[in-house]
Amino acid sequence: MYAPHTDADIAAMLATVGVSSLEELVRVPDAVALKTPLEIPPALPELELGRKIAAYAARNSGATEYASFLGAGSYRHYCPPVVMSLAMRGEFLTAYTPYQAEVSQGYLQVIYEWQTYICMLTGLDLANASVYDGATALAEGAIMALNATGRHALLVSSAVHPNYRAVLKTYARGLELDVDELPLASDGTTDLSTLEARLADKRYAAVVLQSPNFFGCIDVPSPSARAAIEATGTVPIAVVAEALSLAALAPPGEWGAQIAVGEAQSFGNPLAYGGPYVGFVATTKEHMRRIPGRLVGRSVDNRGNLAYTLTLQAREQHIRREKATSNICTNQAHCALVATIYLAALGGTGLRSVAALNVERANTLMKRVTAIAGFSRAFASPIFNEAAVRVPASTTAARVLAGLQERKILGGVDLGRWYEPLADCILMNATELTTPADIDALCAALTAIAKEHDVAGRV
Amino acid sequence: MPAASEMRPEPLIFETGQPGRANTYFRDGAPLDEFLPETALRAGLPLPDNSELDVVRHFTRLSQRTFSIDTGFYPLGSCTMKYNPRINEAMAAQPGFRDLHPFAPDALAQGALQVMYELERSLSAIFGMAQFSLNPAAGAHAELAALLIAKAYFRKRDEGRERTTVIVPDTAHGTNPASAAMVGYKVVSLKSYARGRVGIDELKAALGPDTAVCMMTNPNTLGLFEDHILELTEAVHAAGGLMYYDGANANALMGNSRPGDMGFDLMHLNLHKTFSIPHGGGGAGAGPVGVSARLIEFLPVPVVTRDDAGAFHLEFDRPDSIGSMRSFWSNFSHIVRALTYVYANGGEGLTRISQLAVLNANYVRAQVKSFLDTPYDETCRHEFVASAQELKRETGVRALDIAKALLDRGYHAPTIYFPLLVPECLMIEPTETESKETLDAFVASLREIVETAKSDPQKILDAPVNTIVGRIDETRAARQPDLRWEPAKV
Repeated sequence: MYAPHTDADIAAMLATVGVSSLEELVRVPDAVALKTPLEIPPALPELELGRKIAAYAARNSGATEYASFLGAGSYRHYCPPVVMSLAMRGEFLTAYTPYQAEVSQGYLQVIYEWQTYICMLTGLDLANASVYDGATALAEGAIMALNATGRHALLVSSAVHPNYRAVLKTYARGLELDVDELPLASDGTTDLSTLEARLADKRYAAVVLQSPNFFGCIDVPSPSARAAIEATGTVPIAVVAEALSLAALAPPGEWGAQIAVGEAQSFGNPLAYGGPYVGFVATTKEHMRRIPGRLVGRSVDNRGNLAYTLTLQAREQHIRREKATSNICTNQAHCALVATIYLAALGGTGLRSVAALNVERANTLMKRVTAIAGFSRAFASPIFNEAAVRVPASTTAARVLAGLQERKILGGVDLGRWYEPLADCILMNATELTTPADIDALCAALTAIAKEHDVAGRV
Repeated sequence: MPAASEMRPEPLIFETGQPGRANTYFRDGAPLDEFLPETALRAGLPLPDNSELDVVRHFTRLSQRTFSIDTGFYPLGSCTMKYNPRINEAMAAQPGFRDLHPFAPDALAQGALQVMYELERSLSAIFGMAQFSLNPAAGAHAELAALLIAKAYFRKRDEGRERTTVIVPDTAHGTNPASAAMVGYKVVSLKSYARGRVGIDELKAALGPDTAVCMMTNPNTLGLFEDHILELTEAVHAAGGLMYYDGANANALMGNSRPGDMGFDLMHLNLHKTFSIPHGGGGAGAGPVGVSARLIEFLPVPVVTRDDAGAFHLEFDRPDSIGSMRSFWSNFSHIVRALTYVYANGGEGLTRISQLAVLNANYVRAQVKSFLDTPYDETCRHEFVASAQELKRETGVRALDIAKALLDRGYHAPTIYFPLLVPECLMIEPTETESKETLDAFVASLREIVETAKSDPQKILDAPVNTIVGRIDETRAARQPDLRWEPAKV
């Protein structure tokens, strides 16, 4: 029960309080008192508890027994053991938000380092202490753009992660704003040919583009599209669902994004069935006072030392209440800590080499898969670590994935889940963890499945 | 290890390291320009290369400059800084959970789904709600979800246009009004009446055809149980509004009273408070949102269901759902930790936990009131408030100064200046995991600080002196923001 009270302690403490029993101490009006015991199984000692919970973990064969090509916003990467061994130190794990700066200098410095890493990676001026994840980072970034422009609509590429767009729509119902979409071009990038016309009436607060986009394609606006965005006072927002790509690709700040939002799970944080992950929000100086959430700044103390503290809190909910830039309170400090240690351990050299390995493995995967008769790339654009694969006409993505699953392979994500015209496409991912043997097994399985389905199709 | 005030500043990770000092974790990939056009690539990546040992020392030193539950008593009101059992960490780190991809098919994730299902059922039983969704990422996020649920509910009843007001007592958390603003609701603030509770007459005066939701927490942030809660919830229901329960203070309630039985329609929990998940320096948290039967259809997706054959599923297809709140399904590692905690304690244990949390708070209160003003002098729940108003008048020593003096004595400070209605407020929540000895020593320190304030106030005004840095120039931090390191310009 993790409470240290002896019977003697309880008796002495009750006497000090002047109450005769624990029951009397916690008594509430009869009408709202719970009169039956909680319907929760009896307590388990730790040894049995560990066995019970381990049995649940053992029933997730998808985690441990399958070769995996799943990506789509959640990425398998190698995390050197040094990262978790440092991150799990009790001082980091069991600290609260560093409100008392004098006794939280260590954690505050970590967050300051995280903010700096995010600025370096995105090519922008400042970053916050993190938000919940990539999707909520996008929602928060969108709110910044609404506040900056006073406009009430967003124009979002349909190649932005579908889950991120779904969350944007959830938030939009609260904020009562319109979310419109930009179509997909045949090469897998966002079709920006109509952009200038659509922005002309200056209705949109922001244009939202993701690169690499949901299909793995590098998807940044052309100079003319950028000019149209700028000329209409629309805020360009860049989404980065795979933060590792920032180690290889031109950063959002370079193509003119004023706000970059994204997911940094890839930096040392495990898949963990979807969370907790860690969102980042980075922006230019002009939007500094619109950024949501916590910010750590460097100042001096009354002894003349450099000192870190939470700052610009006038933006935040506990000060401004309903006038705050966001309601966000908790951030993802510990996940950001993991990411910061990961980035420190890898350094620029390690990060660049793992990014290059991802590009190489994904391209090798595509080369091998598309060499099988009937399988092709759905889109021709250059990729980072995933791509959409079209399956033979005799079958569907869902059937191919089912066939792979029988062979202990998680082949990727069925794009038909979100894009009806892409029901014959699988989004396949490869990272540094993908081995040549995995690719061999996948290709052998795809060849066999195509043959089976082709025969079945002809019958 | 030197005393904190003797520690040297730790350089930033960007100020150390040398080219050529990289650790070898990977073989080199083929050159990027073999696969990608030059224009798509970034020019350079100026991140420092530090040896692994230097990285270890850097972060170890930073950890030693961080106060935590593991290093000391943390009586931070409303934050429930209880011990974080390490079995929780071991359970969450198992490969079967850690390496599970969110798009793994349900059939290959049955253990994970069962964990989610059983935690959901446990929370519904403990708090008397019909169903929870584990989707929101934290307390404030769940508040937002709850208000979106309310909005969807009224819209479906065709009352969306009229019902635009959220009533928030002045004892509420700051996130409540901020969340209300994010769904376009107007906030009406409700003053507590003399006993530190919401008055039924004041509430009735605020209610009207425009009322959408009344957000409350019980016990409230003064640590007091709203003993007329049924009258309050009935009044809101009579006006056609919904009652929202802010579960930040749920550690006081388990096994004793349930928000569902008090008439609440919506609630959230901070699993990182009541259910012993480590706060991690400010997150990640987890914020399940629970509802009464009439609101189930609006819960954020996915929710976990069990079919007749006993198989578990992520259910997305709920036409009236407010949608999803975040990238993936839940802060799943935390769901594992919370379920481990529930099963470690059992129903009786959870009931006992709340009793002992209340005992600890009252034990401290009963002693503190002999040397500090406690404006609401009655049995409290899991926390209580004291005021340094009188002390400030006498000596010039404020709540902030007491907080800093506690840091010097090895304690974390209580929550200060909240709730706003108590001047020079110190809000103290010991939690049930602290021993009588720890509480006695804390009370003795606090008493000594008050005595010193009376005999030699400057000593307290100068605190902290034993910490690695002294009081920080907050004005400078805000006026000349320095939010990132930059290389020195050559």
